[in-house]
Amino acid sequence: MMRLPWFEFRAPSSVAEAARILAAEGPDAMPIAGGTDLLPNMKRRHQTPRTLVSLRRIESLKKVSNGAGLTLGAGLTLTEVIHEPKAQPYGALRQAAAQVATVHLRNMGTLGGNLCLDTRCTYYNQNYEWRKAIDFCLKKDGGICWVATASKRCVAMSSTDCAPALIAIGAKAKLVSATDERELALESLYNNDGIEYLKRRPDEILTEIRLPPAAGWRSTYWKLRRRGAFDFPVLGVAAAARFAKDGTVEEARIALGAVASRPFLVPKAAEALVGKKLTDDVIAEAATLAASRAKPMDNADLDLYWRKQVAADFVGYALRELRGDDMRGTRLRIARQIL
Amino acid sequence: MSQGVMVRRNVHIDLRVNGETQEASFAPYKTLLEVLREDLGLTGTKHGCELGECGACAVLVDGEPQLSCLVLAVECEGRSIETVEGMAKGAELHPLQAAFADLGAAQCGYCTPGILMTAKALLEREPSPTRDRIREAISGNLCRCTGYQQIYEAVEEAARRMKESA
Repeated sequence: MMRLPWFEFRAPSSVAEAARILAAEGPDAMPIAGGTDLLPNMKRRHQTPRTLVSLRRIESLKKVSNGAGLTLGAGLTLTEVIHEPKAQPYGALRQAAAQVATVHLRNMGTLGGNLCLDTRCTYYNQNYEWRKAIDFCLKKDGGICWVATASKRCVAMSSTDCAPALIAIGAKAKLVSATDERELALESLYNNDGIEYLKRRPDEILTEIRLPPAAGWRSTYWKLRRRGAFDFPVLGVAAAARFAKDGTVEEARIALGAVASRPFLVPKAAEALVGKKLTDDVIAEAATLAASRAKPMDNADLDLYWRKQVAADFVGYALRELRGDDMRGTRLRIARQIL
Repeated sequence: MSQGVMVRRNVHIDLRVNGETQEASFAPYKTLLEVLREDLGLTGTKHGCELGECGACAVLVDGEPQLSCLVLAVECEGRSIETVEGMAKGAELHPLQAAFADLGAAQCGYCTPGILMTAKALLEREPSPTRDRIREAISGNLCRCTGYQQIYEAVEEAARRMKESA
């Protein structure tokens, strides 16, 4: 039986108070929202914070507001995001949120939590005794990366579904600390490093996600995983495009997830779409360009070479859906749900 | 930064479980599952994977199915907790329990409490769900006996009986 380690529990009711506690406690304190990522990790002793600062009672983190675009509180549960009427025009976000884990976990886990999700690896997401038996690994308590033994860098993979979707949408993230606040493009929140995967400082709280206006845009998210009902992504493809009346692409963004330690944009692939209609040839060219950037490692479920190989197919599915093709059959085959 | 000596104190809170408010005193690291089973003696909720992967520990928190192995009990003050022990009214089984028994939807029974609670939340929201909706709602509950067919049928039968008696 795996018990959580001891910690001191704090439950502030405002962001300012939470930020003050994090600043005072230092890096030994961690914020907790839904807990669906942090608590299993604490049970396996990946993280052993001295103080847990619960964000659950902070009402402002649940806010949804319209302005130029849409602002979503980071404390909204994934279920709340899926059903939020104002978020419906952002197809990729809804499809990504709806494919995170299971119904129960989506009732608990939050949007902010999914964006800050710890990176994952076969050699890391194991209990303490298992990790001890291999003398631990670079990411936690050890010195060697068992995926790439010559690597100086931890190659644990980014496993968030919402991040690639929101990056393709063009979202920004707001971080608040006791002394300052800043807003950055969501893709800049991440480092390609399995250990230091977030640019969030330990004293900062991710409070809001700001989405640009959706008018004229279409977006979609495709996820590869073993079981349709569960599982982290082993490939995530998000695409967004703004179309002229005649179907010419005016602007586009393609983002990949779960094929590196961070989710990232592939500008070359998106540029290959601009000024063109999404013909089969144009889609094939962009898909090849995007897939060439997918560098999965052998540290997750499913065969490595196959995961790399299907990246182009998945970009193709995403772009065909943006073009207006009826992708429900393919979606049902791959995701086991229509979305 | 000084590590000091951590003061290890229990938390004392009121928990509202199955409509009754009870005082509980436990270590702050305890999950709702651990407090229900070990401190309140409610062992109907099952202890499965402990990591949020199996659904055996599902309970309703404010009417929503959640995994009690990943909920801190200390966060449950003021929230309504429903467990499988609260389903029957005296000797009378909840229609879901009766349908599960009548249609053989419980084999080894370990996943049953989690599935009953998840299905209860579904039927409270959608009195006549389609087979696809039932499948989706309980997709986070693993049954290692693989008796899903009977489980779907039992949920449908319970929905029918609940509508007839309404």
